[in-house]
Amino acid sequence: MTSFIRNQWYVAAYAGEVGRRLFSRTVCGEPVLLWRTEAGVVTAMSDRCVHRRFPLSQEPSHLDGDRVVCGYHGFTYGADGVCVGVPGQQRIPRTARLSVYPVVEQDSFVWVWIGEREAADEKLIPRAPWLDRPGWTVVRGMEPLAARYGLLVDNLLDLSHETYLHGGYIGTPEVAETPITTEVDEAAGIVRVSRHMDDAACPPFYADSTGIEGRITRWQDIEYHAPCLYLLHSRIAPAGTPPPDVDGSDPDAFHVEVVYAITPETEGRTHDFWAVARDFALDDAEVTDFLRENNRTVVLQDVVALDVLEQALAAEPDGCQELSINIDTGGLAARRILARLREEGARRGEPAAR
Amino acid sequence: MNSKSAMSPMSPTGATSLRAAVLPGEGVHRIHWVPGTDRLLAVCFCGAEREFEDPVELWDWLLTHPGTEPSAHDGIVLRHSRRDPS
Repeated sequence: MTSFIRNQWYVAAYAGEVGRRLFSRTVCGEPVLLWRTEAGVVTAMSDRCVHRRFPLSQEPSHLDGDRVVCGYHGFTYGADGVCVGVPGQQRIPRTARLSVYPVVEQDSFVWVWIGEREAADEKLIPRAPWLDRPGWTVVRGMEPLAARYGLLVDNLLDLSHETYLHGGYIGTPEVAETPITTEVDEAAGIVRVSRHMDDAACPPFYADSTGIEGRITRWQDIEYHAPCLYLLHSRIAPAGTPPPDVDGSDPDAFHVEVVYAITPETEGRTHDFWAVARDFALDDAEVTDFLRENNRTVVLQDVVALDVLEQALAAEPDGCQELSINIDTGGLAARRILARLREEGARRGEPAAR
Repeated sequence: MNSKSAMSPMSPTGATSLRAAVLPGEGVHRIHWVPGTDRLLAVCFCGAEREFEDPVELWDWLLTHPGTEPSAHDGIVLRHSRRDPS
Protein backbone atom coordinates (compact mmCIF):
# COMPACT_ATOMS: atom_id res chain seq x y z
CA MET A 1 0.00 0.00 0.00
CA THR A 2 1.44 3.35 -1.02
CA SER A 3 0.47 6.84 -0.01
CA PHE A 4 -0.05 7.96 -3.60
CA ILE A 5 -3.38 9.47 -4.49
CA ARG A 6 -4.54 7.53 -7.53
CA ASN A 7 -7.27 8.29 -10.01
CA GLN A 8 -6.10 11.86 -10.41
CA TRP A 9 -4.50 14.01 -13.08
CA TYR A 10 -0.86 14.98 -12.56
CA VAL A 11 1.51 17.17 -14.51
CA ALA A 12 4.19 14.89 -15.95
CA ALA A 13 6.09 17.46 -18.03
CA TYR A 14 6.04 20.80 -19.73
CA ALA A 15 4.79 20.49 -23.28
CA GLY A 16 8.15 21.76 -24.52
CA GLU A 17 9.97 18.86 -22.87
CA VAL A 18 8.18 16.25 -24.97
CA GLY A 19 9.11 15.82 -28.61
CA ARG A 20 10.55 13.26 -30.99
CA ARG A 21 12.96 12.07 -28.37
CA LEU A 22 11.96 9.36 -25.90
CA PHE A 23 11.47 11.08 -22.56
CA SER A 24 10.76 9.51 -19.18
CA ARG A 25 9.43 10.84 -15.92
CA THR A 26 8.27 8.87 -12.90
CA VAL A 27 4.85 9.86 -11.57
CA CYS A 28 3.43 8.30 -8.40
CA GLY A 29 6.09 5.60 -8.63
CA GLU A 30 5.23 4.71 -12.23
CA PRO A 31 7.86 5.32 -14.94
CA VAL A 32 6.03 7.05 -17.79
CA LEU A 33 7.44 7.22 -21.32
CA LEU A 34 6.42 10.39 -23.17
CA TRP A 35 6.90 11.18 -26.86
CA ARG A 36 5.15 12.84 -29.78
CA THR A 37 3.92 11.08 -32.88
CA GLU A 38 4.95 12.42 -36.27
CA ALA A 39 1.64 14.32 -36.22
CA GLY A 40 2.71 16.01 -32.97
CA VAL A 41 0.33 14.20 -30.62
CA VAL A 42 1.70 13.46 -27.14
CA THR A 43 1.55 9.83 -26.04
CA ALA A 44 2.20 8.37 -22.61
CA MET A 45 2.94 4.74 -21.87
CA SER A 46 4.89 2.54 -19.51
CA ASP A 47 8.63 3.08 -19.71
CA ARG A 48 9.37 -0.62 -19.28
CA CYS A 49 9.53 -3.18 -22.08
CA VAL A 50 7.20 -6.10 -21.36
CA HIS A 51 9.98 -8.53 -22.21
CA ARG A 52 12.74 -7.93 -19.66
CA ARG A 53 11.62 -4.58 -18.25
CA PHE A 54 14.31 -2.59 -20.04
CA PRO A 55 13.58 1.17 -19.86
CA LEU A 56 12.37 2.25 -23.28
CA SER A 57 13.71 5.74 -22.66
CA GLN A 58 17.22 4.32 -22.42
CA GLU A 59 19.39 4.38 -25.51
CA PRO A 60 19.75 2.58 -27.81
CA SER A 61 15.93 2.40 -27.55
CA HIS A 62 14.58 4.77 -30.18
CA LEU A 63 11.65 5.95 -32.24
CA ASP A 64 11.13 4.53 -35.72
CA GLY A 65 8.38 6.68 -37.18
CA ASP A 66 5.48 6.24 -34.76
CA ARG A 67 6.93 3.10 -33.24
CA VAL A 68 9.10 2.62 -30.15
CA VAL A 69 11.88 0.08 -30.57
CA CYS A 70 13.36 -1.37 -27.38
CA GLY A 71 17.11 -1.00 -27.39
CA TYR A 72 17.70 -4.31 -25.67
CA HIS A 73 16.02 -7.00 -27.84
CA GLY A 74 14.02 -5.02 -30.38
CA PHE A 75 10.46 -5.40 -29.09
CA THR A 76 8.54 -2.80 -31.08
CA TYR A 77 5.40 -0.94 -29.97
CA GLY A 78 2.89 1.32 -31.67
CA ALA A 79 1.58 4.61 -30.31
CA ASP A 80 -1.27 2.68 -28.68
CA GLY A 81 1.24 0.61 -26.69
CA VAL A 82 0.46 -2.59 -28.58
CA CYS A 83 3.50 -4.67 -29.50
CA VAL A 84 3.82 -4.99 -33.28
CA GLY A 85 7.10 -6.84 -33.53
CA VAL A 86 9.21 -9.26 -31.50
CA PRO A 87 12.63 -10.64 -32.40
CA GLY A 88 13.08 -13.92 -34.20
CA GLN A 89 9.47 -15.08 -34.45
CA GLN A 90 6.22 -14.30 -36.21
CA ARG A 91 3.82 -14.80 -33.30
CA ILE A 92 3.38 -11.82 -31.02
CA PRO A 93 2.18 -12.81 -27.55
CA ARG A 94 -1.31 -11.47 -26.87
CA THR A 95 -0.22 -9.88 -23.61
CA ALA A 96 2.60 -7.96 -25.25
CA ARG A 97 1.34 -4.43 -24.79
CA LEU A 98 2.46 -1.47 -22.75
CA SER A 99 0.14 0.19 -20.28
CA VAL A 100 -0.90 3.51 -21.78
CA TYR A 101 -1.91 6.56 -19.78
CA PRO A 102 -4.64 9.04 -20.64
CA VAL A 103 -2.76 12.21 -21.52
CA VAL A 104 -3.85 15.81 -22.14
CA GLU A 105 -1.76 18.75 -23.28
CA GLN A 106 -3.18 21.93 -21.77
CA ASP A 107 -1.92 25.31 -20.54
CA SER A 108 1.66 24.34 -21.52
CA PHE A 109 1.54 21.26 -19.28
CA VAL A 110 1.36 17.58 -20.17
CA TRP A 111 -1.13 16.00 -17.77
CA VAL A 112 -1.32 12.24 -17.25
CA TRP A 113 -3.98 10.27 -15.42
CA ILE A 114 -2.67 7.83 -12.84
CA GLY A 115 -5.29 5.20 -12.08
CA GLU A 116 -8.11 3.38 -13.79
CA ARG A 117 -8.36 4.58 -17.38
CA GLU A 118 -12.15 4.55 -17.51
CA ALA A 119 -12.31 7.10 -14.71
CA ALA A 120 -10.19 9.69 -16.54
CA ASP A 121 -12.22 12.81 -17.29
CA GLU A 122 -10.46 15.74 -18.96
CA LYS A 123 -12.95 18.17 -17.45
CA LEU A 124 -11.44 17.48 -14.02
CA ILE A 125 -8.12 19.05 -15.00
CA PRO A 126 -7.80 22.45 -13.31
CA ARG A 127 -6.75 25.34 -15.54
CA ALA A 128 -3.79 27.72 -15.54
CA PRO A 129 -4.55 29.66 -18.72
CA TRP A 130 -2.00 32.44 -18.13
CA LEU A 131 0.79 30.03 -19.00
CA ASP A 132 -0.31 29.85 -22.61
CA ARG A 133 -2.22 33.05 -23.33
CA PRO A 134 -1.43 36.23 -25.31
CA GLY A 135 -0.72 39.22 -23.10
CA TRP A 136 1.34 37.27 -20.59
CA THR A 137 5.04 36.52 -20.42
CA VAL A 138 6.09 33.35 -18.61
CA VAL A 139 9.25 32.05 -16.97
CA ARG A 140 9.27 28.49 -15.73
CA GLY A 141 11.33 25.64 -14.42
CA MET A 142 11.23 22.33 -12.59
CA GLU A 143 13.29 21.45 -9.56
CA PRO A 144 13.63 17.95 -8.17
CA LEU A 145 12.68 17.81 -4.51
CA ALA A 146 14.03 15.08 -2.24
CA ALA A 147 11.04 15.33 0.03
CA ARG A 148 7.59 13.86 0.25
CA TYR A 149 4.91 15.62 -1.71
CA GLY A 150 2.92 16.82 1.32
CA LEU A 151 5.77 18.97 2.57
CA LEU A 152 5.57 21.18 -0.53
CA VAL A 153 1.78 21.43 -0.15
CA ASP A 154 2.26 22.55 3.48
CA ASN A 155 4.90 25.03 2.38
CA LEU A 156 2.85 26.66 -0.36
CA LEU A 157 -0.41 26.86 1.60
CA ASP A 158 1.21 29.00 4.27
CA LEU A 159 2.99 31.98 2.76
CA SER A 160 3.90 33.44 6.12
CA HIS A 161 7.12 31.45 5.71
CA GLU A 162 8.13 33.98 3.06
CA THR A 163 9.05 36.43 5.79
CA TYR A 164 11.64 34.06 7.22
CA LEU A 165 12.78 31.64 4.54
CA HIS A 166 12.65 34.17 1.70
CA GLY A 167 13.43 37.41 3.52
CA GLY A 168 15.03 39.90 1.14
CA TYR A 169 13.37 38.32 -1.90
CA ILE A 170 9.59 38.09 -1.67
CA GLY A 171 9.15 38.22 2.10
CA THR A 172 8.39 41.35 4.07
CA PRO A 173 7.18 41.63 7.69
CA GLU A 174 3.57 42.26 6.65
CA VAL A 175 3.22 38.84 5.04
CA ALA A 176 3.48 37.06 8.35
CA GLU A 177 1.52 39.72 10.22
CA THR A 178 -1.56 40.09 8.03
CA PRO A 179 -4.65 38.05 8.90
CA ILE A 180 -5.90 35.59 6.30
CA THR A 181 -9.23 34.26 5.15
CA THR A 182 -9.44 30.57 4.29
CA GLU A 183 -12.20 29.04 2.18
CA VAL A 184 -12.57 25.32 1.62
CA ASP A 185 -14.81 23.64 -0.95
CA GLU A 186 -14.57 20.00 0.03
CA ALA A 187 -16.61 18.72 -2.91
CA ALA A 188 -14.45 20.47 -5.48
CA GLY A 189 -11.20 19.78 -3.62
CA ILE A 190 -10.25 23.46 -3.50
CA VAL A 191 -8.61 25.48 -0.74
CA ARG A 192 -8.41 29.25 -1.11
CA VAL A 193 -6.26 31.33 1.21
CA SER A 194 -6.43 35.10 0.86
CA ARG A 195 -4.09 37.63 2.37
CA HIS A 196 -4.65 41.25 1.34
CA MET A 197 -2.11 43.82 2.50
CA ASP A 198 -3.15 47.40 1.88
CA ASP A 199 0.01 49.13 2.93
CA ALA A 200 3.08 46.97 2.73
CA ALA A 201 6.75 47.29 1.97
CA CYS A 202 7.58 46.43 -1.63
CA PRO A 203 9.99 43.51 -1.64
CA PRO A 204 13.02 43.89 -3.91
CA PHE A 205 11.69 41.08 -6.09
CA TYR A 206 8.73 43.25 -7.15
CA ALA A 207 10.30 46.71 -6.81
CA ASP A 208 12.92 45.84 -9.40
CA SER A 209 10.54 44.17 -11.84
CA THR A 210 7.63 46.64 -11.69
CA GLY A 211 9.51 49.85 -11.04
CA ILE A 212 7.19 50.71 -8.15
CA GLU A 213 8.81 52.93 -5.55
CA GLY A 214 7.43 53.15 -2.04
CA ARG A 215 4.65 51.30 -0.26
CA ILE A 216 2.32 48.93 -2.07
CA THR A 217 -1.02 47.22 -1.95
CA ARG A 218 -0.21 43.54 -2.13
CA TRP A 219 -2.80 40.79 -2.51
CA GLN A 220 -1.99 37.12 -2.34
CA ASP A 221 -4.84 34.79 -3.21
CA ILE A 222 -3.95 31.12 -3.19
CA GLU A 223 -6.09 28.55 -4.95
CA TYR A 224 -5.01 24.99 -4.38
CA HIS A 225 -6.73 22.44 -6.58
CA ALA A 226 -5.87 19.17 -4.91
CA PRO A 227 -3.82 17.25 -5.51
CA CYS A 228 -1.57 18.74 -8.19
CA LEU A 229 -2.20 22.36 -9.12
CA TYR A 230 -1.43 25.42 -7.01
CA LEU A 231 -2.18 28.94 -8.16
CA LEU A 232 -1.06 32.13 -6.44
CA HIS A 233 -2.85 35.17 -7.82
CA SER A 234 -0.56 38.03 -6.86
CA ARG A 235 -1.65 41.65 -7.29
CA ILE A 236 0.80 44.49 -6.71
CA ALA A 237 -0.04 48.19 -6.97
CA PRO A 238 1.12 51.46 -5.43
CA ALA A 239 -0.55 51.95 -2.05
CA GLY A 240 -3.84 53.76 -2.55
CA THR A 241 -4.66 52.17 -5.91
CA PRO A 242 -8.39 51.34 -6.10
CA PRO A 243 -9.39 47.66 -6.06
CA PRO A 244 -10.40 45.95 -9.31
CA ASP A 245 -13.64 47.01 -10.97
CA VAL A 246 -16.62 44.72 -10.76
CA ASP A 247 -15.98 43.65 -14.36
CA GLY A 248 -12.53 42.44 -13.32
CA SER A 249 -10.54 45.18 -15.04
CA ASP A 250 -7.66 46.38 -12.95
CA PRO A 251 -5.55 48.68 -15.13
CA ASP A 252 -3.45 50.29 -12.42
CA ALA A 253 -2.17 47.08 -10.86
CA PHE A 254 0.52 44.60 -11.81
CA HIS A 255 -0.50 40.97 -11.87
CA VAL A 256 1.68 37.95 -11.37
CA GLU A 257 0.26 34.46 -11.61
CA VAL A 258 2.51 31.99 -9.83
CA VAL A 259 1.73 28.40 -10.73
CA TYR A 260 3.09 25.24 -9.17
CA ALA A 261 2.39 21.71 -10.26
CA ILE A 262 3.19 19.40 -7.38
CA THR A 263 3.69 15.89 -8.70
CA PRO A 264 4.78 12.96 -6.54
CA GLU A 265 7.69 11.12 -8.10
CA THR A 266 8.19 8.47 -5.44
CA GLU A 267 7.23 8.25 -1.77
CA GLY A 268 10.09 10.54 -0.81
CA ARG A 269 10.63 12.61 -3.94
CA THR A 270 8.58 15.26 -5.74
CA HIS A 271 8.63 17.09 -9.06
CA ASP A 272 8.39 20.79 -8.25
CA PHE A 273 7.16 22.50 -11.44
CA TRP A 274 7.03 26.27 -11.09
CA ALA A 275 6.00 29.02 -13.46
CA VAL A 276 5.54 32.77 -13.15
CA ALA A 277 3.33 34.64 -15.61
CA ARG A 278 3.13 38.46 -15.66
CA ASP A 279 1.00 40.98 -17.49
CA PHE A 280 3.53 43.83 -17.52
CA ALA A 281 6.89 44.54 -19.18
CA LEU A 282 6.04 41.74 -21.55
CA ASP A 283 8.99 42.18 -23.89
CA ASP A 284 11.54 43.36 -21.36
CA ALA A 285 14.26 40.71 -21.39
CA GLU A 286 15.88 42.13 -18.27
CA VAL A 287 12.65 41.73 -16.30
CA THR A 288 12.26 38.23 -17.69
CA ASP A 289 15.79 37.27 -16.67
CA PHE A 290 15.34 38.91 -13.29
CA LEU A 291 12.08 37.10 -12.54
CA ARG A 292 13.48 33.78 -13.73
CA GLU A 293 16.61 34.00 -11.59
CA ASN A 294 14.91 35.40 -8.53
CA ASN A 295 12.01 32.98 -8.59
CA ARG A 296 14.33 30.05 -9.12
CA THR A 297 16.34 31.26 -6.15
CA VAL A 298 13.17 31.36 -4.03
CA VAL A 299 12.14 27.90 -5.20
CA LEU A 300 15.59 26.54 -4.38
CA GLN A 301 15.42 28.09 -0.91
CA ASP A 302 12.29 26.00 -0.38
CA VAL A 303 13.94 22.94 -1.90
CA VAL A 304 16.93 23.15 0.44
CA ALA A 305 14.70 23.61 3.48
CA LEU A 306 12.26 20.83 2.57
CA ASP A 307 15.04 18.39 1.70
CA VAL A 308 16.45 18.95 5.19
CA LEU A 309 13.00 18.68 6.74
CA GLU A 310 12.38 15.39 4.95
CA GLN A 311 15.56 13.95 6.39
CA ALA A 312 14.64 15.17 9.85
CA LEU A 313 11.14 13.68 9.66
CA ALA A 314 12.39 10.40 8.22
CA ALA A 315 14.79 10.04 11.17
CA GLU A 316 12.11 10.62 13.80
CA PRO A 317 10.28 7.84 15.56
CA ASP A 318 6.57 7.51 14.89
CA GLY A 319 4.30 9.58 17.04
CA CYS A 320 6.22 12.85 17.19
CA GLN A 321 3.73 15.65 17.57
CA GLU A 322 3.37 18.81 15.53
CA LEU A 323 1.82 22.05 16.70
CA SER A 324 -0.55 23.92 14.41
CA ILE A 325 -1.43 27.61 14.75
CA ASN A 326 -3.63 30.07 12.91
CA ILE A 327 -1.39 30.32 9.87
CA ASP A 328 -1.84 26.58 9.31
CA THR A 329 -5.60 26.73 8.74
CA GLY A 330 -5.32 26.36 4.97
CA GLY A 331 -2.63 23.73 5.18
CA LEU A 332 -4.73 21.64 7.53
CA ALA A 333 -7.64 21.86 5.10
CA ALA A 334 -5.40 20.70 2.26
CA ARG A 335 -4.20 17.76 4.33
CA ARG A 336 -7.78 16.73 5.04
CA ILE A 337 -8.74 16.86 1.38
CA LEU A 338 -5.65 14.90 0.37
CA ALA A 339 -6.39 12.25 3.00
CA ARG A 340 -9.93 11.89 1.66
CA LEU A 341 -8.76 11.68 -1.95
CA ARG A 342 -6.20 9.06 -0.95
CA GLU A 343 -8.92 6.96 0.67
CA GLU A 344 -11.22 7.34 -2.34
CA GLY A 345 -8.45 6.46 -4.77
CA ALA A 346 -7.49 3.39 -2.77
CA ARG A 347 -11.12 2.24 -2.52
CA ARG A 348 -11.62 2.58 -6.27
CA GLY A 349 -8.51 0.53 -6.91
CA GLU A 350 -9.70 -2.42 -4.83
CA PRO A 351 -11.03 -5.45 -6.69
CA ALA A 352 -14.80 -5.34 -7.04
CA ALA A 353 -16.70 -7.61 -4.66
CA ARG A 354 -18.16 -10.66 -6.39
CA MET B 1 2.57 54.01 6.75
CA ASN B 2 -0.76 55.81 6.83
CA SER B 3 -2.02 55.71 3.27
CA LYS B 4 -5.08 53.54 3.78
CA SER B 5 -7.65 56.25 3.32
CA ALA B 6 -8.38 55.36 -0.31
CA MET B 7 -8.99 51.68 0.43
CA SER B 8 -12.63 51.80 1.41
CA PRO B 9 -13.45 48.07 1.12
CA MET B 10 -10.69 47.18 3.52
CA SER B 11 -10.73 47.08 7.26
CA PRO B 12 -8.74 49.62 9.26
CA THR B 13 -6.20 46.94 10.08
CA GLY B 14 -5.32 46.47 6.45
CA ALA B 15 -6.99 43.09 6.24
CA THR B 16 -9.73 42.14 3.82
CA SER B 17 -13.30 42.47 4.89
CA LEU B 18 -13.93 40.01 7.72
CA ARG B 19 -16.59 38.19 5.72
CA ALA B 20 -14.80 38.06 2.38
CA ALA B 21 -16.11 35.23 0.19
CA VAL B 22 -14.78 34.24 -3.19
CA LEU B 23 -15.37 30.53 -3.77
CA PRO B 24 -18.83 30.10 -5.26
CA GLY B 25 -19.73 26.56 -4.15
CA GLU B 26 -22.64 25.78 -1.85
CA GLY B 27 -20.62 23.60 0.50
CA VAL B 28 -17.84 26.04 1.36
CA HIS B 29 -16.38 26.31 4.84
CA ARG B 30 -14.91 29.73 5.62
CA ILE B 31 -12.42 30.63 8.32
CA HIS B 32 -11.72 34.28 8.99
CA TRP B 33 -8.81 35.44 11.08
CA VAL B 34 -10.42 38.06 13.29
CA PRO B 35 -8.37 41.23 12.72
CA GLY B 36 -6.44 42.46 15.71
CA THR B 37 -6.86 39.21 17.61
CA ASP B 38 -5.46 35.69 17.65
CA ARG B 39 -8.89 34.20 17.12
CA LEU B 40 -10.32 32.40 14.12
CA LEU B 41 -13.98 32.61 13.18
CA ALA B 42 -15.26 29.40 11.64
CA VAL B 43 -18.35 29.71 9.45
CA CYS B 44 -20.07 26.57 8.18
CA PHE B 45 -22.12 26.62 4.99
CA CYS B 46 -25.12 25.66 7.13
CA GLY B 47 -24.91 29.00 8.93
CA ALA B 48 -23.34 27.83 12.17
CA GLU B 49 -20.31 29.80 13.33
CA ARG B 50 -17.96 29.86 16.29
CA GLU B 51 -14.63 31.40 17.29
CA PHE B 52 -11.52 29.38 18.12
CA GLU B 53 -7.93 29.89 19.08
CA ASP B 54 -6.74 26.53 17.77
CA PRO B 55 -7.16 25.56 14.10
CA VAL B 56 -7.21 21.84 14.91
CA GLU B 57 -10.14 22.27 17.30
CA LEU B 58 -11.73 24.55 14.73
CA TRP B 59 -11.66 21.90 12.03
CA ASP B 60 -12.93 19.23 14.40
CA TRP B 61 -15.92 21.45 15.13
CA LEU B 62 -16.55 22.51 11.53
CA LEU B 63 -16.75 18.91 10.40
CA THR B 64 -18.78 17.47 13.26
CA HIS B 65 -20.87 20.25 14.73
CA PRO B 66 -24.62 19.85 14.94
CA GLY B 67 -26.05 22.20 12.33
CA THR B 68 -28.51 24.85 13.37
CA GLU B 69 -30.56 23.45 10.51
CA PRO B 70 -30.20 19.67 10.70
CA SER B 71 -30.97 19.29 7.02
CA ALA B 72 -28.40 21.87 5.95
CA HIS B 73 -25.67 19.27 5.59
CA ASP B 74 -27.84 16.90 3.58
CA GLY B 75 -27.01 16.65 -0.05
CA ILE B 76 -23.45 17.82 0.35
CA VAL B 77 -21.63 14.89 -1.14
CA LEU B 78 -17.97 15.06 -0.32
CA ARG B 79 -16.66 13.79 -3.57
CA HIS B 80 -14.05 15.05 -5.97
CA SER B 81 -16.76 15.49 -8.49
CA ARG B 82 -16.45 18.61 -10.59
CA ARG B 83 -14.28 21.49 -11.55
CA ASP B 84 -14.91 24.48 -13.72
CA PRO B 85 -12.86 24.42 -16.91
CA SER B 86 -12.16 28.15 -17.01
